[in-house]
Amino acid sequence: MMNDQDKVLKEVTQSDYKFGFTSNIETESLPKGLNEEVIRLISEKKNEPEFMLEFRLKAYRNWLKMKTPQWAHLKIPEIDYQDIIYYAAPKQKAKPSSLDEVDPELLDTFNRLGIPLEEQKHLSGVAVDAVLDSTSVKTTFKETLAEKGIIFCSFAEAVQEHPDLVKKYMGTVVPAGDNYFAALNSAVFSDGSFCYIPKGVRCPMELSTYFRINAANTGQFERTLIIAEDDSYVSYLEGCTAPMRDENQLHAAVVEIVALENAEVKYSTVQNWYPGDKNGKGGIYNFVTKRGMCKGNNSKISWTQVETGSAITWKYPSCILRGDNSVGEFYSVAVTNNHQQADTGTKMTHIGKNTKSTIISKGISAGQSNNSYRGLVKVMKNAENARNFSQCDSLLMGDKCGAHTFPYLEIDNKSAIIEHEATTSKIGEDQIFYCNQRGIDTEAAIGLIVNGYAKEVLNKLPMEFAVEAQKLLQITLEGSVG
Amino acid sequence: MLKIKELYVTINDQEILKGINLEVNPGELHAIMGPNGSGKSTLASVLAGREEVNVTSGSIEYNGEDLLEMDPEERAHKGVFLGFQYPVEIPGVSMVNFMKTAVNEQRKQRGMEELSASDFLKLMREKSEFVGLKNNLTNRAVNEGFSGGEKKRNEIFQMAMLDPALSILDETDSGLDIDALKAVANGVNKLKRKDNATVVITHYQRLLDYIIPDFVHVLYKGKIVKSSDKSLALELEEKGYDWLEKEVEV
Ligand SMILES: Nc1ncnc2c1ncn2[C@@H]1O[C@H](COP(=O)(O)OP(=O)(O)O)[C@@H](O)[C@H]1O
Ligand SMILES: [Mg+2]
Repeated sequence: MMNDQDKVLKEVTQSDYKFGFTSNIETESLPKGLNEEVIRLISEKKNEPEFMLEFRLKAYRNWLKMKTPQWAHLKIPEIDYQDIIYYAAPKQKAKPSSLDEVDPELLDTFNRLGIPLEEQKHLSGVAVDAVLDSTSVKTTFKETLAEKGIIFCSFAEAVQEHPDLVKKYMGTVVPAGDNYFAALNSAVFSDGSFCYIPKGVRCPMELSTYFRINAANTGQFERTLIIAEDDSYVSYLEGCTAPMRDENQLHAAVVEIVALENAEVKYSTVQNWYPGDKNGKGGIYNFVTKRGMCKGNNSKISWTQVETGSAITWKYPSCILRGDNSVGEFYSVAVTNNHQQADTGTKMTHIGKNTKSTIISKGISAGQSNNSYRGLVKVMKNAENARNFSQCDSLLMGDKCGAHTFPYLEIDNKSAIIEHEATTSKIGEDQIFYCNQRGIDTEAAIGLIVNGYAKEVLNKLPMEFAVEAQKLLQITLEGSVG
Repeated sequence: MLKIKELYVTINDQEILKGINLEVNPGELHAIMGPNGSGKSTLASVLAGREEVNVTSGSIEYNGEDLLEMDPEERAHKGVFLGFQYPVEIPGVSMVNFMKTAVNEQRKQRGMEELSASDFLKLMREKSEFVGLKNNLTNRAVNEGFSGGEKKRNEIFQMAMLDPALSILDETDSGLDIDALKAVANGVNKLKRKDNATVVITHYQRLLDYIIPDFVHVLYKGKIVKSSDKSLALELEEKGYDWLEKEVEV
């Protein structure tokens, strides 16, 4: 007899990925394959200044000498980099000046994702940069933001309009040769988001980038650069989905954040790339380099991530705490189900005095998935009175999945105070039965328990995102106890 | 309301209940007593629908329906409440959120509208005062870090919130100091009505100083070996459970 939990498990694992549709949007793309010629073409298509092409070529030459990182607790199938399209863009007027010029099918795509690009529909007051297949298609609320001197636009546009800022900061946090995937991104990235908050400005609304992969056989390589000048504040959100496709697709993004004196940047991600089907076929390979530099004294960078999608996740949003009294935070919920694999965590590098970092990681594994936390806390010689608190919890659902924790410490200053806590627990049949007895069915019970477990992290998300994330967790996991 | 007939139950192929017969009618309060290991909690688990408890023969009728056919949550929606002997902790899930989900789920199943946030909070406050559960406990996660006594009070609080037709309270009295015991008993007495019924499972007669049962049953080695009125409890208190051995064998 099939018990209740198995039934729910079956229903859920067989339910469809909600965002798996494809859109019929005309795209312009380069042929498959990667070489210097392709890079020159990308740069040319984007009408880039010379320094950009140099940056790309340097990165490419670096990349050729590099190897896929092997240290992660992941089984990464061989990727044929010549079998990927490196540039695909929705065909539309170079820069649509109004929504009327945007392909209606494209607008419809974002509407179906719940992201209306018409500004009057944006009651929640979130400015959105929508990126489809590596190209920014529309940024909302640009004028409102411009009044405060805030620049929020696509990366490509920033290269044209604000080349000095791009030149000054791009690659300063994640150098072109930082790692295999960052180097690849630096060589071929086609677009992304750019954000600049001037001195003394508190950004009046959440800024958000919404990434969508649509075209087949296409890699998505976007790049985000956020610069927060002295005494400024911004909260930034990132969401992502992709169609269901049988083949795997590569996503290798780079995010760089620079926080100057007294500046604060909050970066929140709800990552919901297509995870592949229940047998592990298809899905996105998500190899992302995200790093923030607390450059000024008293600056603060907070990463919050809810990772539910992707077939493979390789991602370590990190903070370099250079300024004295600067603060780095990492709050993460990573969920894996079926055959998903995630190796995610953070790196906190303490350089300045009295720097503080907090790491809260909540892993949840179900099905036959593997979920690893990997974190490094590094305290440099001159980082007097550095403090770190890390808490890494794992929650297992069922007994075919795995949870692993790899905390690393490199402490070169004796005054450092480092605390680390870790727990592993299983959702108990007893907890579920207790809920059942109070009239709460197994699905809702798992939702309650998982959201309770992840609460510390979910609480860090902006309101609208928190609700979405809670639902997402429940959908991803319902009934995975067995 | 509840009719248990010739009920045989195994756990892991081991026979635990061996032919239970019990009838509970609206307005009645039954006490089930018996030494440790006699099967009291097992009986409570069967009624609540725990998966690992197997009914090998016999029947349970609840308001004319076959209780054994229902999922645990369906039983709850139809008014069956179990006060657990060992209430579990659910970290991170606030009592407010938990009870709101439970109350609204029940209302939904009964075709009623969800309670508004303010009505719900009013109900929470009212019922937590009713069982003397400190307000800050209802703000905490379900049973997390609660003392033994607080956990038991919390069960009575949930009973008051859900207003069940049939309550089974499994050793809700054990491990309580006298004040907590009185509070629990007081709660049970005040919740008693003509149209609901309560089965208190207890090891000690102490609780029955404060709750007057209509019937007392002795469960011994998986069988109800004696049923009588309140006086039976006193007799057990006086003689202990040992004398039953001889009596049963006769
Ligand atoms: N999960 C279980 N697996 C095996 N035996 C069990 C289990 N639960 C209870 N039992 C056994 O069933 C018998 C009755 O237990 P229980 O119903 O808890 O008794 P009581 O509540 O009267 O103390 C005991 O012998 C106990 O060891
Ligand atoms: Mg018991």
